[in-house]
This record gives sequence, structure tokens and C-alpha cells, in this order.
Amino acid sequence: MIASLLAEAWQSMKANRMRSMLTMLGMVIGVAAVILMVAIGNGAQQSVDESIASMGSNLFIVLSGSTTSGGVRMGTGAAPTLTTADADAIAELPEVAAVAPMLPGTAQVIYGPNNWSTVVAGTTASMLVVRDWPLVSGSAFSDADVRSAARTAVLGRTVATNLFGDEDPVGKTIRVKQTPFVVVGLLATKGQSLTGQDQDDTILVPVTTAQRKLFGTQFPGTVRQIMVQARSAEVMAAAEADMTGLLRQRHHLPERADNDFDIRNLTALANTAAQTTRVMSIMLGAIASVSLVVGGIGIMNIMLVSVTERTREIGIRIAIGARRRDILLQFLLEAVILSLIGCFAGALCGIGGAVATHLIANTMIVITLGSVVGAFALASAVGVFFGYYPARRAASLQPVDALRYQ
Amino acid sequence: MAGPPLIVLEHLGKDYETDAGTVTVLGDIDLAVEAGASVAIMGPSGSGKSTLMNILGCLDVPSRGRYVLDGQDVAGLDDDARAHLRNRVVGFVFQGFNLLPRVDLAENVALPLLYAGVAAAERRRTAIATLARVGLQGFETYLPSRVSGGQQQRVAIARALVTRPRLILADEPTGNLDSRTSHEIMRLFTGLNASDGITLVLVTHEEDIAAYARRLVQLVDGRILSDRSTPGPAGGATP
Repeated sequence: MIASLLAEAWQSMKANRMRSMLTMLGMVIGVAAVILMVAIGNGAQQSVDESIASMGSNLFIVLSGSTTSGGVRMGTGAAPTLTTADADAIAELPEVAAVAPMLPGTAQVIYGPNNWSTVVAGTTASMLVVRDWPLVSGSAFSDADVRSAARTAVLGRTVATNLFGDEDPVGKTIRVKQTPFVVVGLLATKGQSLTGQDQDDTILVPVTTAQRKLFGTQFPGTVRQIMVQARSAEVMAAAEADMTGLLRQRHHLPERADNDFDIRNLTALANTAAQTTRVMSIMLGAIASVSLVVGGIGIMNIMLVSVTERTREIGIRIAIGARRRDILLQFLLEAVILSLIGCFAGALCGIGGAVATHLIANTMIVITLGSVVGAFALASAVGVFFGYYPARRAASLQPVDALRYQ
Repeated sequence: MAGPPLIVLEHLGKDYETDAGTVTVLGDIDLAVEAGASVAIMGPSGSGKSTLMNILGCLDVPSRGRYVLDGQDVAGLDDDARAHLRNRVVGFVFQGFNLLPRVDLAENVALPLLYAGVAAAERRRTAIATLARVGLQGFETYLPSRVSGGQQQRVAIARALVTRPRLILADEPTGNLDSRTSHEIMRLFTGLNASDGITLVLVTHEEDIAAYARRLVQLVDGRILSDRSTPGPAGGATP
């Protein structure tokens, strides 16, 4: 019986080919939009999550303050207010797990015939702890290296590739600003940061070496920033308060003076970014779902026209023995077939569109089975929901009136 | 013919609600039709012929009185049970043929079997055999629009016959046909009545068509004016 009704529904759709196709188009666009938007949203979310995971957890970054020189205000980090001694003091705080001072600068690095301009960051071995950054080869420079301002370096993957190709850089000597450095370690790939920077395009050297030999200033022992990892997410607020108090005290700031440093909660920033992305992807999905509903209304519209047009046919069917549920089922099946075929085509378009987006815009897309199955389920539900009213209208026609209909 | 009557109407009435108030279409109809009979119902327009046919065909329900079809009181039946009667006990033939324009003739004839729950292959086989009975072998795959009015009405008769009903109701079956074709169709009806014992009730306003039936009921203003036997099909068969 169902098979016969399916055949009948197919017949009637074939008889109105153009109309059926236009009706399906609404469904195709709706389903394609849902799948594409969810794929893009998931992709954005996943790339943000990966960036966050690559950043390290429970992180603060303490920046030195701004400076004003002859009316010209320099940006944050320009004033030489933070020192390695500050970093050591922060490390003593009970809430703090690890601290890494940082003095970055740009330098040309040379190995053999190759050279590369990169960010050379003076820091300590704790940087690898704070950033949760493993080594793939060699080791980090030691605390002794830091004390003695040794000329040792740990390379990021991008730098290593540009200078050494596939060669293992550990044990080789490179030159940074004409000063020779021995490569002691190679960092694992970390990928892009939240802001899209290549985190692997860097060289880590002992902070003392950077201060004395690379980016020396007239203020010995200063660093640009200090990265601080709190012991847990719960003590973040306490750690921030303690650090503020400690640094104000160390910098001898009077009661009313502004801080000459700036503490940023990176984890909170990252969570905000993640939240934003999540809201964005939900919004994308919701907007796409609206088009699916519009497609459903299109189906309802056509089915109502179809029921009116075929009133006489319905009358004939009732007269020769169709029960109300036979008529109901026939029109419902038609609506569901329309939406399922539309859904299938839409899924193909959506997946194709997502792949095309990936290839053209090079954005990360994630097509999950769940989103495709969900779109199918939603489309069938839309078909049944919007097909039911016209079908019930058909089934509740009075046979005498239906037969009289011209 | 012995046995209980196929159709029994007792004090049957039908009212319609309109804006102008209640209109009584059928007053107080008492009628019994034996199985195997052939009855013509005649009357002027508005006399209630079509309403009576719709009630007999279980397409409409009476406002008053009793209608017993094949031993079942139709008033007490639900929608599904009446659909079953329409499908198995009654075959309807309309003035306007009422074939489905999009499907071929065999498919049209097979349609009642779909609702009887017969399998697809069996449906088509039975439909083709029934088409042959009404003289339309070879036309199975034609669309209704490709055949003449008389042939379309034969298809409609085949469709009415395909579930082997006990009763055929024909509402002005020759109203859209020319005189020669009308008589062909009537001969087909009387033949079925005679050979298969299918009870025939037809509505017409043409004397010579009514003359094919053995019994003539005159309806005026929703009441039976006269109910008499006629010379029968032999008398009308040769115009």
C-alpha cells in the first residue's frame, strides 16, 4: 500500500515537474545553508579552540607600562619598568606556578648560506612550562645558561625549516646579529595564535644573553613582559591582586599613582574569543534554520495549491473507496518525498559548498555526521509538519463537494 | 429473485442548511430494491435525484430515516466502514466519467483495487481483464484524453466493476454522450445486469434511457411520485 502510494506521489510530482523542482529548491537552499553554516561555525570554533589550547592555560601576561617623553606617549611596554628581578619576585607568590620573563626583539639569523628574520625572545626555560610547549629534539637551555648569559638557542619549527630544511639543527651554530649561538633544542609545532601569528617563527635564548648581547638598553635587567601561569583557574583573581600589590611595592609607587605595568588575563581573553565564536556559530546555524523553515512553508504552499487543484481527483478517490487516512497518507508522502529529495540535493550542495569554501578561503571547516543527519531529520520534520495541514485538508474534504468541484 | 432486498430506504430525508434557512431536498422516501433489479430514477432538475444517488452511494449521509445497504444500516457506520462499502459493494458511474487524467486507462480501472489492498501486479492484471469485458482490450496504456467519450465511460464502468460490486449506481451516465453511444452504454449496463446479476440503479432524464430499466421511479420535489414496472430492457433496446 505504501509502495503504491509512493508511486502515486512520484507520478504526481513528475506531472508537475517544474513546480516540484522549484518547491524542492527551497528545501535544497535551506539544507545546504544549514550544513554549510554549521560547518563554517564548527571550523571557526575548532580553530579558536586549537589556538587556545596552544597558548597554555591560566595565563597572565604582565606588560611594562607606557612612557611619556616630551609629550609623545609611547605605547604599553615602552617603559623599562619590569625587570628579571620582578619576575623572580612574582615566582615566589603562592598562587603562581611558573614565571617566564620575556625580552623579544627582531633579528636576522644566519646559518650557512641561509638567513631569516625572526623574533628572538630572551626568556628562561620556564617559558616552555608556561606555554606548555614540548621539544621535539635536544633540550631547553639551563638555568646555568641563563645565569652565565650563555649563547644557546632553542628554535621554533618555522625558523628551523627556513635555516636548516630537513636537517636536525641541534648542535649546530647559528649567528644572531653576528653573534654565534649553539642550537640546543627544537620546539614542537604550535601553529597559529588567536591573532593569526605564526607562533613557530621564533627563537628562544637566555634572557640575560638577550639583555646583554642582543637588545641591550641603558637599563640593565629590564624585560618587556613577564608571562605568569597561575596554579589553577580558581586562584586567577587572587594571583592578579597579589601581583599588582607586589609590583606596586617593588616599584615604589605612591598611593595615588597609576600602575606602571599592565596585567592581562590571557585565559579570560581567550575564553571571550571562544564564547564569541560559539555565539557566532549558533547564530549562523539559527539563520540557516530559518531558511529551512521558509523552504518548508514553500512546500506547504505548493501542497495547498495541489490539494485545491486536485479536489476533484480526491473526490473520485473517495467515491471509489479511499479512506480518509489513504488520502492523508498520499499527500503527506508527497510532501515528505519533496522535502527528502530536496534535502538530499541540499546536503550534496552544502558539503560541496563547504569544501569549496575551504579550498577558496582556506578557512577551517568541520562537517560532522551529526550536522548532516540533523539537517535530514529537520528537513523530514519540516516536510511532515508543513505537509500535514494540506494533507489533512485534503482528507477532510466532503466527497459530494469534492466531486462537484470544477 | 429471492432473498432480502439489497437496498431498503425507510422515511429517508435530507435537509441542507443554507443562508436562507433549511431546505428539504428529500422528503420522506420509502424504497426497496431487490438484488438483481434494474431501476431508473427520473425527475426534473432539483427533484433530489442526485442527492438520493449520493446517499445510496454512501457519499452523503441522510438527515433522517434509515438506509440499509446489503443488510448494513449505513447510518451507524463510521467513515472507514462507509469507505469499505463504496469500495466493495457499490460501483459509481458519473455523468462526467471522472477518470484521473494523468494515469493510463488500466491504472484508472485498477484504482479501487489499490484501496482494497490488492498487490500491484494483481491489480494491473485484473484491470486489463475488466477493460476487455467492456470492449477495450488494447487500450490499456492510453491516457483518458486519447479516447472518445463513450470509451471513457466504458473505462468508468470497468472501474466500477473491478471490485465485483453487487450494486452499480449510474448518475446520468449518458448525459455527456451522443444518442448512438448512449444506447451502446445502456446495452452494456443491461448486459451486466442480466449476466452477472449486478443490481443497477440509474438516474436519467431521458425517457428512452430510462426504458432500459425494468422499474421506473419518478421523483418530484424530493418525494416519490410514482413507482412502476416497465416493459423492461427489451422494450427500449430497439429505438
